[in-house]
Amino acid sequence: MYQYSEFDSQFVHLRAQQFRDQLERWQAGTLREDEFKPLRLQNGWYVQRFAPMLRVAVPYGELSSPQLRVLAKIARDYDHKEEHDTSKAQAGLADVPTLPDRCGHFTTRQNVQYNWIPLHRSADVMDLLASVNMHGIQTSGNCIRNITTDALAGIAVDEVADPRPFAEIMRQWSTLHPEFSFLPRKFKIAITGAREDRAATPWHDVGLRLLRNVDGDLGFQVRVGGGMGRTPIIGAVIREFLPWHQILNYLEAVVRAYNRFGRRDNIYKARIKILVKAEGQAFTDQVEAEYRDILDKDGAPHTITQAELDRVSTFFVAPQLNCDRKSADAKIAHILKAAAEDDVEFSRWLQQNVKPHQNPDLRAVTLSFKRIGAAPGDATADQLDRAADLADRFSAGEARVTHEQNLLLPWVRCDQLPELWREARRLGLAKPNIGLLSDMIACPGGDFCDLANARSLPIAQTLLNRYKDLDELHDLGEIDLHISGCINSCGHHHSGHIGILGVDKDGQEWYQITLGGSDGTRLSGDATPGKVIGPAFAASEVPDVIEALLDTYRTQRTSGETFVHTVRRTGLDAFKTAANAVRVSTARA
Amino acid sequence: MSTTTFLDLALADHFVPAEPEHQRLVLTNDSDPREADLSGITVIELQFPKFNDGRAFSQAFLLRRRLGFTGTIRATGDVLLDQLLQMQRSGFTQAVLRADQNLAHGQALLTHFPAFYQGDAVHTAPHFVASVVTHA
Repeated sequence: MYQYSEFDSQFVHLRAQQFRDQLERWQAGTLREDEFKPLRLQNGWYVQRFAPMLRVAVPYGELSSPQLRVLAKIARDYDHKEEHDTSKAQAGLADVPTLPDRCGHFTTRQNVQYNWIPLHRSADVMDLLASVNMHGIQTSGNCIRNITTDALAGIAVDEVADPRPFAEIMRQWSTLHPEFSFLPRKFKIAITGAREDRAATPWHDVGLRLLRNVDGDLGFQVRVGGGMGRTPIIGAVIREFLPWHQILNYLEAVVRAYNRFGRRDNIYKARIKILVKAEGQAFTDQVEAEYRDILDKDGAPHTITQAELDRVSTFFVAPQLNCDRKSADAKIAHILKAAAEDDVEFSRWLQQNVKPHQNPDLRAVTLSFKRIGAAPGDATADQLDRAADLADRFSAGEARVTHEQNLLLPWVRCDQLPELWREARRLGLAKPNIGLLSDMIACPGGDFCDLANARSLPIAQTLLNRYKDLDELHDLGEIDLHISGCINSCGHHHSGHIGILGVDKDGQEWYQITLGGSDGTRLSGDATPGKVIGPAFAASEVPDVIEALLDTYRTQRTSGETFVHTVRRTGLDAFKTAANAVRVSTARA
Repeated sequence: MSTTTFLDLALADHFVPAEPEHQRLVLTNDSDPREADLSGITVIELQFPKFNDGRAFSQAFLLRRRLGFTGTIRATGDVLLDQLLQMQRSGFTQAVLRADQNLAHGQALLTHFPAFYQGDAVHTAPHFVASVVTHA
């Protein structure tokens, strides 16, 4: 993991001090609410339905065990529902007593959120975060956000190059950038270094893919203008190959073009995707001309030196671990010979939650945070502490937040898999459902977010309860189910094989269903938004609609065919018919 | 390396421009500084219609860094304390703040960070280059 230098640590502490000064001026009334808002947002502080929300930056998803323990402490000591007068808030349909608190929430952009920290304690939390080199810098606001990557970065067997050193260099470049701190809208960058895109890069404002050209040189394919929201667009490739050392200079050209020409008159048309779509080739020409000027006239000041890449890369050297593979095989065989129940569950866990590794002695293990009784991606204070313990015991002290809202242990010795499985199972984090229907993505929805039109969490909970039979889940195979509470698409419904979008009609919750979306993985095909299958359904109908869609798949599929492939092959008609047949309230409406 | 402060601060209700009008150029946010005629111009005014409209930062950068303009670059409009640092780093040398702002506090905020990661219009080298030079 990247180790903070004195400069880096001091920077985070100074940022926390700067925020405390802003907070105090706001409390004293010398900084107006509308003027404080963008400042707190750029430190991760939103104000939601009942309380503030804090989004903590986890650069490219990497967490150390001491950081996890501080996240646990924040959950335990600060994330308190009882400190808020929820009776005064516009509760919507939220059932306040059942809303979780004292927990952190893993987001699709590999960050961690809290929903119940009072604003008057916010500066103390920032100090606490700074004690382990963490912060909320640019996790919100109209600026360059946390740069995300593949949770398997640096360990994936299909990797061309490790994206983490570049992600760290880009993080530093984008941090408190003076020219780019008030862009027209938020700006998200994702980077992958593998052949398989596990970072949904085409869905980002800038999507970067590390690759080698015919001469074997390393560089980036650059996509610009992807995004979800009410206008889902797949990023366009504007550069097939950019030498790696030029990436900051090129990003400067892209973001400058956006800062100057992006729309500021309409928040819904302010993302770079709208500019790229409107301008087409002219946008690419503008970026290329600006890039040439940065090189020729400005002297290419942000050219990454080999020395800097080497310096940063030394922090990402894999820990020296090896194991006795013979004993590993024996241990695994021993477990498989044990109780029949264990046999099935453990082998399923090996199949779904354990991924191969660049080091043949090691494995990447995903702890599942998709389980009955908890919101997808929620981790209690105790679970965060125990996850830190697991990281220490089994993963060289490191864990990673995944895009799918789970936690991945990247350095697990294969002879320790059985022990890890037992420990994780004891904590309820060993559900062998990674990649399956119940490994769903969901935003916090109308329970917490005042932008939402409908709640996400009750739908997620109903589906988690309905699809808990592991035989059934494994038979249904890999399905991306994504739930957003509104068109802002934080739950990535556009890219789900099955997408569920909350919409508001007459103050009631309705849900639009889409089929066939893709995040751009090989399983899902080229990134594309799903297609709407008809008018929205009532909340009570959603589980039956999902069942009807799955039934259609079960009858239509050919041997070994996954859900999304059946949808693509057969088209939507059979699915639409089945879904419409279960309408009850919507048929009456 | 410590940040020097050279951004002149003034409050809008007390501000009287020193330069004759014909030496001043007012650029709107949608104009390209590279197309402007800068001959005889000593002061360029860039506007902040709202404090969180960041277009003037890019204009200042282009004027100072790309075009090598050496005169005054002045920020006008909704100019607030918490954006002064970005202004200074983007190439502004004068900020005419909204009348209700506290100049002394603004001055203090300009020295809060000793250095930054990325190069800017004033310190052109990023930290990863500048720190190597410093240590050499």
